[in-house]
Amino acid sequence: MSHELLVTILVFAPLLGAAIAGLSGRRIGNIPSQAVTTGLLFLSCALSWTTFFGVAMGDWPDFTVKLLPFINVGDFQSAWSIRIDTLSSVMLIVVTSVSSLVHLYSWGYMSEDDSRPRFFAYLSLFTFAMLALVTAADFMQLFFGWEGVGLASYLLIGFWYKKPTASAAAIKAFVVNRVGDFGFALGIMTVFWMFGSIEFAEIFPQAQSWDGKTWAFLGYSLSALDLACFLLFIGAMGKSAQFFLHTWLPDAMEGPTPVSALIHAATMVTAGVYMVCLLSPMFEYAEGAKTIVTVVGAVTALFAATVGLAQNDIKRVIAYSTCSQLGYMFFAAGVGAYQAAMFHLFTHAFFKALLFLGAGSVIHGMHHEQDMRKMGGLWKYLPFTYAVMTIGTLAITGVGLPNLHLGFAGFYSKDAIIEASWAAGLHNPAAQFAFIISLLAAGLTSFYSWRLAFMTFHGTPKWKHDDHAHAAAQGHDDHASAAQLETHDEPLADAHADDDHGHGHDHKPHESPFPMLIPLGLLAIGAIAAGFAFAESFIGHHQEEFWNGSVFNAATNHILHEMHNAPTWVLWAPLVVTVTGFAIAWFVYILREGMGARLAAQEGPLWRFLYNKWFFDELYDFVFVRGAKLLGDLFWKGGDQKLIDGLGPDGVSKASMLVGKGTGRLQTGYVYHYAFVMLLGIAGLLTYALFQFRG
Amino acid sequence: MTGILSLITFSPLIGVAAILAIRLTGRTGEAANNAARWIAFVTTMVTFGLSLLMLANFDKATTQFQFVEDFAAFAGLHYRMGVDGISVLFVVLTAFLMPICIAASWKSIENRVGEYMIAFLMLEVLVIGVFTALDLILFYFFFEFGLVPMFLIIGIWGGKRRIYAAFKFFLYTLLGSVLMLAAILAMIGISGTSSIPELMTYKFDPMLQTWLWLAFFASFAVKMPMWPVHTWLPDAHVEAPTAGSVILAGILLKLGGYGFMRFSLPMFPQASEVWAPLVFALSVVAIIYTSLVAFRQTDIKKLIAYSSVAHMGFVTMGIFSGNTVGEQGALYQMISHGVISGALFLCVGVVYDRMHTREIAFYGGLTQRMPWYAAVFMLFTMGNVGLPGTSGFVGEIMTMTGTYQASTWTALLAATGVILSAVYALSLYRRVMFGELTNPALANITDLDWREVAIFIPLIVGTLYLGVYPASIFQFTDASVEALVGAYRAATGG
Repeated sequence: MSHELLVTILVFAPLLGAAIAGLSGRRIGNIPSQAVTTGLLFLSCALSWTTFFGVAMGDWPDFTVKLLPFINVGDFQSAWSIRIDTLSSVMLIVVTSVSSLVHLYSWGYMSEDDSRPRFFAYLSLFTFAMLALVTAADFMQLFFGWEGVGLASYLLIGFWYKKPTASAAAIKAFVVNRVGDFGFALGIMTVFWMFGSIEFAEIFPQAQSWDGKTWAFLGYSLSALDLACFLLFIGAMGKSAQFFLHTWLPDAMEGPTPVSALIHAATMVTAGVYMVCLLSPMFEYAEGAKTIVTVVGAVTALFAATVGLAQNDIKRVIAYSTCSQLGYMFFAAGVGAYQAAMFHLFTHAFFKALLFLGAGSVIHGMHHEQDMRKMGGLWKYLPFTYAVMTIGTLAITGVGLPNLHLGFAGFYSKDAIIEASWAAGLHNPAAQFAFIISLLAAGLTSFYSWRLAFMTFHGTPKWKHDDHAHAAAQGHDDHASAAQLETHDEPLADAHADDDHGHGHDHKPHESPFPMLIPLGLLAIGAIAAGFAFAESFIGHHQEEFWNGSVFNAATNHILHEMHNAPTWVLWAPLVVTVTGFAIAWFVYILREGMGARLAAQEGPLWRFLYNKWFFDELYDFVFVRGAKLLGDLFWKGGDQKLIDGLGPDGVSKASMLVGKGTGRLQTGYVYHYAFVMLLGIAGLLTYALFQFRG
Repeated sequence: MTGILSLITFSPLIGVAAILAIRLTGRTGEAANNAARWIAFVTTMVTFGLSLLMLANFDKATTQFQFVEDFAAFAGLHYRMGVDGISVLFVVLTAFLMPICIAASWKSIENRVGEYMIAFLMLEVLVIGVFTALDLILFYFFFEFGLVPMFLIIGIWGGKRRIYAAFKFFLYTLLGSVLMLAAILAMIGISGTSSIPELMTYKFDPMLQTWLWLAFFASFAVKMPMWPVHTWLPDAHVEAPTAGSVILAGILLKLGGYGFMRFSLPMFPQASEVWAPLVFALSVVAIIYTSLVAFRQTDIKKLIAYSSVAHMGFVTMGIFSGNTVGEQGALYQMISHGVISGALFLCVGVVYDRMHTREIAFYGGLTQRMPWYAAVFMLFTMGNVGLPGTSGFVGEIMTMTGTYQASTWTALLAATGVILSAVYALSLYRRVMFGELTNPALANITDLDWREVAIFIPLIVGTLYLGVYPASIFQFTDASVEALVGAYRAATGG
């Protein structure tokens, strides 16, 4: 099979599956829909690994398949293409591996849902959009994939559409991503007029020639590449839930847990990181933009880790953990260590998907309970889940021995990022800031990860045989509504909580079925070995050979070499903070069990600040949601109805009637006339302003 | 192929004659109604077929008008017809939407069916005439008389406040029309010709251009509609029957944009350049203001009507960007909006036919009972939001890109529309389709029937085809738009 045909099948197989399950799922039934989507995904996955070994490890040349012209107007040339190089092939294996395992997992997890064909169709549709994103050869297809995964994310977060919280979270995710895409779109426009092209192959070779040049934007003269890269990065901030645009990600946990694992942990949310690495030929000459990327990434890494400390919903803790790890990837890219960022993206996909699917197994075993305060002592009942979750925790906390260079997956990639930011910090204050934060956040990561493990699997069971019922959720002061807590539950009003979905009637937690355990086992292997097996290729001495130019380092960027010269204390520091975090968690949640709950119950200001996620939701709700409603009403009732209509057609008819009656004067109209003149004045001023800033 | 334009334009008259013939035989009742429906449907399908035939014979390489017909009538008046890359797609779009409108009215229109069908067929004649006329006076005739059938459709088959809506519609368009007529007479007086191709190369004095530009602007701005002369549109939509809304949003709103590209830009280039900032300002106000207003609507149709105003803001902005990307984007946005907004109004029609209300609050949870409808409505909602892969995206990104070159501020402000469209469109979808189905009146609501599916299929195919393969459409418009932009740049020294 030719390489071109192989990758074409690889990309379109999930779309075919989505079409079959989506359009005829109800006719052909659940099992055939599941079989066809899962089967095609495994096919896609096998072909992805073939491609990866061919391109990244073997002797296949990079290539691009041009399928169909998309837009071709003047210089605005875009084509549907499949661009294969090491960078995109790494993404191919990440996406298809996690996706095929999540498809398989969902056979078990979703077995009680009554619209399974729709679920599997969405999962496959998502995978197709993600593949289109990573194989794009120009900005238009990149944007297509970018928004396509956004659509799939929206559909899957709102999968249980009867639940108001789910559809609210879905809209929130879409709209916040659109805020990012607003910047992304402006970035594309800037790139187009700057380079006269939107094709990567045309743009990248020109990037260096724009180094130091300026660009007129909004009447200001700005550094051209900094502006373009910054605007594009706004898109990445939305998709990858970075500080300011992160608020949608925790709410996205309203979706079924396999979705959280696939989309909101392993793949889609990493698209922003992928974009920055893909565009490294531009970012390398945009020092200002790189500084912003570094700072935003670092702030996110710390912010999300602090919020993760105080959450009680098992999925939300992992969601904030994801947000924090994405911050790591960004500041790695920001300091110029794109390879380290991609490596962390790669290993993170395995252990984060593992943690999410493990959490799903817990939720499934606890009959849809997600509140960790109602768990405890589960290791006895879910031994396999316990084992793999522990592996995942060891991987995310980056446990490993620097002197032997041996550890779990996260050890290789996270420590590489920490070392890279140390090396860059020698001559860059932003990187220094990132380095300090990377250590702090590593300690927090360790604490909240072990807190999760201890609250869930250790200690005394907080669940009773009659206590998993959701009614209990309504009494306590949690701001989360009862509906939020029973997130996983199919939102059927008539499915009573005690109905136990055919699991037998003793209500004891139980281990999950095989379709769920197999993916967990495979991901656990990845969480153990992905770092060890690939470190040498991704960030080691063979990295240049491996990446083969698909990630670019400017001639002045020696970070990949410098990071290997990190002194001993930098090598050991992550392990020290990680062990400290573990020790504190062990003290609070095992040795003095109940201490965490007591501390939380005091509701100190710090706890409330963290528990309420730094009050971002409240702030945004007040400013944007209420603001939009207020303005909308003002424009509608004041602008359209009173002013425009009052003076226009209604006014004219009224006036003619009044004139006809000889009453003459239009007393009531005066206020509106003034206001109308004001409105016109505003339009006039805006016109004037646009006259001024024609550039 | 000479003569095909007249054939396309006037072929609906055959249907009119046939319906009148049946009327003359004195037949009434359901049989006559059905006959009228079938006659109208077959006629419009034939017209659509003819329009495709024309498209197949269209020479994509030339910038000249094609299929030109020109003969002197009486008193110095000329009958001139012809199409170029700018008008040809509008002819096809009109002919495409008409059979859909007839099919959509099949059951919902029960009284005066014959008259209704005649009104639609006449409307088709007049609207296609607008796009094919190459003589200023002929154009004016089609342009103004096109209102009459629409006026009647709203006034006779409309909702409760139809008289108010029709009056408002009339009042707004009247004002613009009077000014445009004066401008047309002045143009003919000064240049000595009413031939549009000749006028496109005639160089009007820049000062005069300003007055002519403003007069045409008054008329086209109302048609678009641009802020602040847009308030007739939501009322007209709300009162119009479903098919009336489809034509209003799908075709009639495009007359303004077409007018800008046919007259304002090529005939008054200097004035267009001078006044472009005004258009930009009104466009971004339209995009932001009406999007926010749309967000607060309680009537489904009004919400979509307001969203149309916002989408037309992208069109006006793109037209006056004065570069190829912007113009092509504007043209594409108009074609795309014709398909998507038409489809959205049909989506409203589906639930209105069943429940006879358009109150958003009445609905909720429809997905449970209407899964196919949910899928169709979702697709068009995404088109409205401008999701890549649907036709809505191409026009939006290209108009913004084009405008960016002319004014980064305008592009920036317009890009907020990308966020706002998601806000109002998704919140509408949520309120109507998601949640529990609690209203007992909805308990037995039925999913799409075969007729409705058949109506939606061409629109679904159109939305996705235009979204995935726009390159196949741009080849028709390329040469003419390049010529337009080239002439504009030459005239303005850009």
